[in-house]
Amino acid sequence: MIWFALRRLMSAVPTLFIVIFASFMIMHAAPGGPFDGERQLPPEIEQNLLAKYDLDKPLLEQFYLYMEGIVTEFDFGPSFKREDFTVTELISQSWHVSARIGISALTIALLVGATLGCLAALNQNSWIDYFVMALAMTGITIPSFVIAPVLSLFFGVWLNLVPSAGWGGGAIPNMILPVFALSLGPLAVIARLTRGGMIEVLRSNFVRTARAKGLPEGLVIRRHALRAGLLPVVSYLGPAMAALMTGSLVIERIFGLPGLGRYFVDGALQRDYTLVLGVVILYSTLIITLNFIVDVMYGVLDPRVRASQ
Amino acid sequence: MSSVLSVSDLTVRFATPEGEVNAVNNVSLDVEAGECLGIVGESGSGKSQLFMAVMGLLAANGKVAGSVKFEGKEILDLKMKDLNKIRGSQMSMIFQDPMTSLTPHMKIGDQMTEVLQIHKGMGHRAASSRAVELLDLMRIPEAKKRLSQYPHEFSGGMRQRVMIAMALLCEPKLLIADEPSTALDVTVQAQILDLFAQLKKETGTAIVMITHDLGVVAGLCDRVNVMYAGRFVETGTVRDIFYDPQHPYARGLLGSMPRLDEAKGEHLSAIPGQPPNLQDLPPGCSFQARCKYRFEPCVEDPHPALEAIGGGRKKACHLKGLSRDGEVVR
Amino acid sequence: MTDTSIGTPGGKIAEIKGRSLWDDARRRLFANKAAVTAMILLGLLFIMAVVGPFLSPHTFEEQNYAYTSGAPTLSAPTQEGGTTFYLFGTDANGRDIFARTWIGARVSLAIGFVATAVSLVIGVIYGATSGFIGGRVDNIMMRIVDILYSIPHMFVFIILLVVFGRSGGILNLLMLFAVIGALEWLTMGRITRGQTLSVKEKEFIEAAHAAGVGRWTMIRRHIVPNILGPVVVYMTLTVPAVILIESFLSFLGLGVQEPLTSWGRLIAEGAQEMETAPWMLLFPVLFMAVTLFCFNFIGDGLRDALDPKDR
Repeated sequence: MIWFALRRLMSAVPTLFIVIFASFMIMHAAPGGPFDGERQLPPEIEQNLLAKYDLDKPLLEQFYLYMEGIVTEFDFGPSFKREDFTVTELISQSWHVSARIGISALTIALLVGATLGCLAALNQNSWIDYFVMALAMTGITIPSFVIAPVLSLFFGVWLNLVPSAGWGGGAIPNMILPVFALSLGPLAVIARLTRGGMIEVLRSNFVRTARAKGLPEGLVIRRHALRAGLLPVVSYLGPAMAALMTGSLVIERIFGLPGLGRYFVDGALQRDYTLVLGVVILYSTLIITLNFIVDVMYGVLDPRVRASQ
Repeated sequence: MSSVLSVSDLTVRFATPEGEVNAVNNVSLDVEAGECLGIVGESGSGKSQLFMAVMGLLAANGKVAGSVKFEGKEILDLKMKDLNKIRGSQMSMIFQDPMTSLTPHMKIGDQMTEVLQIHKGMGHRAASSRAVELLDLMRIPEAKKRLSQYPHEFSGGMRQRVMIAMALLCEPKLLIADEPSTALDVTVQAQILDLFAQLKKETGTAIVMITHDLGVVAGLCDRVNVMYAGRFVETGTVRDIFYDPQHPYARGLLGSMPRLDEAKGEHLSAIPGQPPNLQDLPPGCSFQARCKYRFEPCVEDPHPALEAIGGGRKKACHLKGLSRDGEVVR
Repeated sequence: MTDTSIGTPGGKIAEIKGRSLWDDARRRLFANKAAVTAMILLGLLFIMAVVGPFLSPHTFEEQNYAYTSGAPTLSAPTQEGGTTFYLFGTDANGRDIFARTWIGARVSLAIGFVATAVSLVIGVIYGATSGFIGGRVDNIMMRIVDILYSIPHMFVFIILLVVFGRSGGILNLLMLFAVIGALEWLTMGRITRGQTLSVKEKEFIEAAHAAGVGRWTMIRRHIVPNILGPVVVYMTLTVPAVILIESFLSFLGLGVQEPLTSWGRLIAEGAQEMETAPWMLLFPVLFMAVTLFCFNFIGDGLRDALDPKDR
């Protein structure tokens, strides 16, 4: 098991390095420097600025300095557009907003999605099944940036049940709509995966054996079917995380939440290269780490995977 | 003598997108305590579905009618909760494919002990030692160590032994074995069949052996029911049917089996044609299209009923007689 | 949705005689009501994307300051004092939502198809090459795909568009095609590789090999036709995915630039005005949702038709 985990780690670390390196190089390959554009700077000021941001050094050395800063002091360098802030400061101000929204959405998507998927599989071709499948199709087809404004208009403005926008210091009512809008897509996929997985498992030979042994149906499902039926969901966790991060870009914008995604989009629109690079590195690290954890988890859940590797 | 299992007029239907399929038609049988009954037929003849229905394991689109009595008690209309008290403890079943019939993510020990915990209320320790006892009986080496292993660490033959051990944990009165050796290598097949012979001798459990292999039946069973297209076409003792098959299909089955005691050069006679499509059975006898003794009633009259022909035997055929060398009495 | 069917127990021996795979697939596809409805609806949408803008008395850029953020109506004032009509209403600049919705449909569908085509070409060539050469080259090529997979694509699109794009006009559109297509080929590549590997083992490939057919000819003549089925299914599902990506980017202001528009841009504009002019949001959302549903139903239908093992 430890060997299995180590082998996975061996492939995760180089992947992360390649991703960071590539992002760094793309950013620095941008036509024209970050200070080109609107106003023409006097050459000496530009020279100072370049020196300040290490931009006058060879590219590889810049990369080395950048990485050193991140690894030793968690320093992603200064923001190009917000002169008074470092990227690390901007990230530390906003990450908890995104984390709270994201983790809540993931939890809801997993709990509700898996429950609905199971219910649909256990009542195949009943109205519950059709309802879940219709919901899943809607959630998969309609993007969050369409659902979010509609929810905000309906529940926030017309019914006035919850705040239609704003963070409110992280108050629960403010979180309801963004979390719901963000979770809907992954929830739909999870419901569909669970349903498919459970239907297949419930028809499998080993579930038949469990039933033939005279186990109560509840036990058959919990002990024999559920774990195998949920395996497809486990392997979806990585993509689900990516979907949530992507979704947060628009959700935070629509609901005016001061999160990482919003900084990222603003940074991108203003060409704040260091900020964008910092957020991308942070998110890639998160996703690759999570994929690593999911791989290991898969090995724990399915003994056959461990054996075949 | 009381029957352990008594099935009468059992019919199994499946609703499919293409229409209803009659998998089993008005089938009756009795299994006496301690005896071994063989059920023989080609794949698709309904022999497995018949016992799936008995065990309450039919797929959701399956419907069953008729009566199934276990030790004199009707079990077909039992609630799932009450049926669960019988299956796995007094009536067990072993399936064809040992590679996929065990839960992959559970240790063998847990899969075995849960049976005892549910049915006998045993504690973990007592259940474990009983499991080891059964694995020993099934001649699995180092049984104790094996309890903490997962199914993928066992070979196919070993998994089937585990399945049999699991079925026997609560000393059932009836053991239904659905092609237990078909998916295994020939040498392993022989070992598994030896185990059944040993079981029959030592435990007194009644066994139903579902198979398409007449060799299995000859070595193990007391009586045999030959099944074709959802019906029994001939029933009797193994001895009678082997030496003097009265139904053309039973005869064909025997003829297609290689024998050591016959002269070399004699042809194996396969039954021509394919088993009929159960969705679209011809009127009359369902074997008519492949039968070389076919005459008018086979096509014109309804399917012949299973009727006694003396000596405890029954057959479902319009022929009045069929001698060993192929002479017919119509 | 393939998994709603019920298992038939042993005992079905019905023989289906030598109909070709494609005939059979076509028959099954046309028996699928949801897929057929989706195809008809999608056909109507295509027609409207082409002719829709000409059906309006206004062009998609034309502004009418006498009727801004106006509800759908048959009699709206013009700047010159006459009356005109707006079937879907107007936006904050007094532009016709009807014309804009169909121009948006053109752009969104075009991006969907062109980017999918780009991804198809890259994915099939990459996957077929990888699977055909095999061995170490295959290993390295698939490792690269794994790495690209583990990056959230939306972030890459955004970076690439920030660094290279946002120039406006047709160049921007080309940039979108290229960027989206260049990253959405990964799954296509994997599918093609898997199919290639399985086809490669078959006798007729060996026969061709023995006959001295060159590698490239072999890929083109023997492997490509055999991988067509799964690729077609995946393509049908890639088009809506690409439309979604484009609308997402446009929603953030990174996709299609003014004066051109797309469903994503229209939805972004509509979302800002939804309290005062809900029709600005309603119509683009409605048609985009219908399009996405249609593609998904057709994709599911095609999958069931081409690969009926599940029913």
